[in-house]
Amino acid sequence: MEAYTGSGWLLTKLEQLVNWGRKRSPWPLPYGTACCGIELMCALASGYDMARFGAERPSFSPRQADVLIEAGTITKKMAPILRRIYDQMAEPKWVIAMGACACSGGVFRTYSTLQGIDLVIPVDVYVPGCPPRPEGLLYALLKIMDKIDTEHPLRGEIAGLVEGK
Amino acid sequence: MTMDLLKGVSNCLGPLVIASSEFRGDVTVEVPKARITEVLVRLRDDPALAFDFLVDLFGVDNLDLYKKAAKPEKKTGGEGDAAEEPKPEGPPPPRFEVNYLLLSLSTNRRLQVKVRVPEDDLSVPSVTGLWKAATWPERETYDMFGIRFPGHPDLRRLLMWDEFPGHPLRKDYPLEGRGEVRILRYE
Repeated sequence: MEAYTGSGWLLTKLEQLVNWGRKRSPWPLPYGTACCGIELMCALASGYDMARFGAERPSFSPRQADVLIEAGTITKKMAPILRRIYDQMAEPKWVIAMGACACSGGVFRTYSTLQGIDLVIPVDVYVPGCPPRPEGLLYALLKIMDKIDTEHPLRGEIAGLVEGK
Repeated sequence: MTMDLLKGVSNCLGPLVIASSEFRGDVTVEVPKARITEVLVRLRDDPALAFDFLVDLFGVDNLDLYKKAAKPEKKTGGEGDAAEEPKPEGPPPPRFEVNYLLLSLSTNRRLQVKVRVPEDDLSVPSVTGLWKAATWPERETYDMFGIRFPGHPDLRRLLMWDEFPGHPLRKDYPLEGRGEVRILRYE
């Protein structure tokens, strides 16, 4: 009861606390290169309101973004730029490949189109559709949240830091 | 109207017109490749024609026509296609073309100027000295067809990346490419 009234304390696992924080603020980096970008804007706008899920602030800088939403066709000419944007994002980071082009090149089986962005960067969630409805993107965001729930942020390098190694 | 245009162009260019054709009111004249800048200057500065605006310039690959002319097909009884198509006469024309679309802003008339580019001499004099608007179309034509434009200030690829081998809009280039891979270099 003290926790609600006074300057009380909570009992939880630090790992769960970190995941809880990360899960409820997946700031997206909108990388819209084609028609899927329009659908992405629609998901961010008032009708579908991605902000309900904590994706409140579309980050147009890779530094403060968590989820890279790659919406649209990526040409081979564009691939290094996408790779650089991904490299500039701070850990932890997740990637949603939105639409058929981002997943596999889509209908563009041509010399100039990258046949799926997973040739360049790792992808967490693939959203099929051409274009996917905004609900599809929101579902992908929820899948990212499920994924965050299963992660162990205090193992590996961070655990070493905590233990002073 | 169009006949007047063709007459005017013929008067302006004289013997420089190798061939001319008209399709649905669109007049096309073919001129020698080496004299293209002279032709366009004349068309631009002629007071009656005044083709002062370059809409576009682009390449064409006539590979199929070229093959057909090089190897005339034997007529088969069942198909009427061979009978309907005009038989190519004389030696096969050069494989590539570069077309210039001109517009006169004062008279609102349009003209297409065509030069033939043989496969063993893929170069056309640049017209960037006449219109700066030719810079990017010439870069695109170089990128897609491999036709060079001597006199161009900065002839780089426009659409594909710089190291790309090949010229994608040539008819013998496969749609899915030849397995070109973009090599990402990290600095």
